[in-house]
Amino acid sequence: MAKRPDIEKPLSSYQAARKRRNLLIQMGITLFALVVLSIYTMPLGYGVMTSLKTKDQASDPQGPVIPSEALQYEYEGEKYDVVYVPTDDGVQKWALIKPTRRVSQFIDINNPEAGIIEWEGNWRALEPVFETSFQWGNYKEAWETIEFLKLLKNTFIYAFVTMIGTLVASALVAYGFARFKFPFRNALFMVMISTIILPPAVTLVPTYAFFVKVLNWGGSWLPLIVPQMFGNAYNVFLLRQYFMTIPRELDDAAKIDGAGPMRTFISVILPQAVPALTAVSLFHFFFAWNDFFGPLIYLAGSRDLRPITVGLTEFNGLYRTEPQLILAAATISMILPLTIFFIAQRVFIQGIVITGVDK
Amino acid sequence: MGVSLKWTRVVRAQPRSRFQMGLRSMSPAQRREARWGLIFISPWLIGFTLFYLMPMIASLIFSTYDFKLSAPEDARFVGLDNWNRMLFHDSNVWEGLRITFTFGTVSLLIGMTSAFLLAVLLNSKHLLARNVFRTLFYAPTMVPLIAAIVIWSRVLNPQTGWLNKIIESFGINAVGVDGLRWLDDPNLVYFAYTFIGLWGIGNAVLINLAGLQGVPTELYEAAEIDGAGWGRRLWKITIPMVSPIIFYNLILNVLGLLQYFIVPWVLNQGNGYPEGSTRFYMVYFYKQAFTFQNMGYGAALAWMLFIVALIITMFLFTTGRSWVYYSSEEH
Repeated sequence: MAKRPDIEKPLSSYQAARKRRNLLIQMGITLFALVVLSIYTMPLGYGVMTSLKTKDQASDPQGPVIPSEALQYEYEGEKYDVVYVPTDDGVQKWALIKPTRRVSQFIDINNPEAGIIEWEGNWRALEPVFETSFQWGNYKEAWETIEFLKLLKNTFIYAFVTMIGTLVASALVAYGFARFKFPFRNALFMVMISTIILPPAVTLVPTYAFFVKVLNWGGSWLPLIVPQMFGNAYNVFLLRQYFMTIPRELDDAAKIDGAGPMRTFISVILPQAVPALTAVSLFHFFFAWNDFFGPLIYLAGSRDLRPITVGLTEFNGLYRTEPQLILAAATISMILPLTIFFIAQRVFIQGIVITGVDK
Repeated sequence: MGVSLKWTRVVRAQPRSRFQMGLRSMSPAQRREARWGLIFISPWLIGFTLFYLMPMIASLIFSTYDFKLSAPEDARFVGLDNWNRMLFHDSNVWEGLRITFTFGTVSLLIGMTSAFLLAVLLNSKHLLARNVFRTLFYAPTMVPLIAAIVIWSRVLNPQTGWLNKIIESFGINAVGVDGLRWLDDPNLVYFAYTFIGLWGIGNAVLINLAGLQGVPTELYEAAEIDGAGWGRRLWKITIPMVSPIIFYNLILNVLGLLQYFIVPWVLNQGNGYPEGSTRFYMVYFYKQAFTFQNMGYGAALAWMLFIVALIITMFLFTTGRSWVYYSSEEH
């Protein structure tokens, strides 16, 4: 077999040492990252594991890590706990048939034909045998108790309607800032960016009073949806940055073909800006999925309109003694965002980087 | 204001003529362009007027009224009474600010350091499967905040939570009544809240990461030849080079922390548990404005928060000039 010449050449001891050292560093750093990652994501594991436990086990400090149930054995129509029994032949799994103080009766679950075995010793000291058992029923119960379908529908409608609204408005505004010269353009742009630092609380009180008292919109989605139909600073900024990277020659070509500004926007700019538009849609979707404060104040008392965030918060308060149900509900609520993220991560991450780094 | 120094620089580089030019001195083509521009930005102009400008002014006017939403007809002008009460006679206000600042400092230090170090780790050329790690480290940021709070509050449970069990396995007494009662001990609760916040640092990590990738490698090579170790390179090259990014993260973090509300609200409905240590400013604002429906006093509280945010932002921008490094400014 022909060998490549560079492999045949013996490595100098320096090179070999360097290579070994690099490999060690690589393994060390990767291992370190793994440890950090497992600590960082540990609560996710805890949440999922606990959501699959029985109620007793979920709140048992000594409960096993993996969801499990005490193993039981059926003997002559009755169910008995299986325990670990130390015998002369090592530790055996026996079903405890009749516990008494000094001598208890057992059945060997691997050899029930042998009949009742008597064992001397304190049965209370025997450890029960657990076998892995996932309580998938928790998810069904949580889903039904919290009326998840309704919450999901509310959240989805809210997220979707406002997503379309903010996307259309933000794209139009971004196009205006990116392509047209008009008086006070830069000053207006600065004003828009500075709304980012304005705490929403400042505008909240009069807006709330106006929506609830003047328009009588309390207990409806309108006060949450309408203000988002006008574009917001983050989205406009991101889209504008992106639009500015689209070559103007494309606009000019469309103009020569007789396209007006609106036509150029629709047929030239928007098709070129699909990644940025996707990023904005995703951001908004996640924002809406997480929105808590608005629904909390405007939908107080309207149980049928609540989104997931408010529903989950109430559930958390009402079912304190049922941690497995709460964690099942929490797990359900994060499946969709996580799935979308894993599918669309590239576009999503680019969007974050543009907003963060270009500013 | 509200934009980083870097942005101001870009704006300044643009021609000023348009700014000073009135509509009258424009050619018809320019005027047409300006009209289209204004048409396109009109959604924002309307939204800004309706949902920012007018409410801000209204909020200021509200703050001079005694005005309960349940009885709007009884509203009466009280001048600066609300402001007087807020500044000099309501200990909850200062308590709320103190708590917000204390927690903010803890959270800011831990959160920003973690976000930066994590980005350094994820940028390391020695790390295998870097992209997989980046995705996985970002994933918790995608967990809806309420779900994260719900999960964390149980992970932090002194008896059944895994955090204490892990600490215990290192031989430190953590589990049990005399162990680490994260959410029940006023000395620990800020750390507990900070941990929950750590699940939201993904964006900061990504932005840091992008900044780290922008540091020219020649700088590191030169430093390596000069014999600078890892720590020294980090301190002398990396941190100064990404300081604009750190600054951006700092501003966003500070503004977010001033409005800290959801975590204490979900965990204890704003009752301040344990021992009043979680009576954050926004929690007090929420109670005044929406639980008691005191629109006037609520508006004053909101304006106060705005003023505090403005002062801090201005302070940061002023001091930022001495430590934020913009490489392009030298050329």
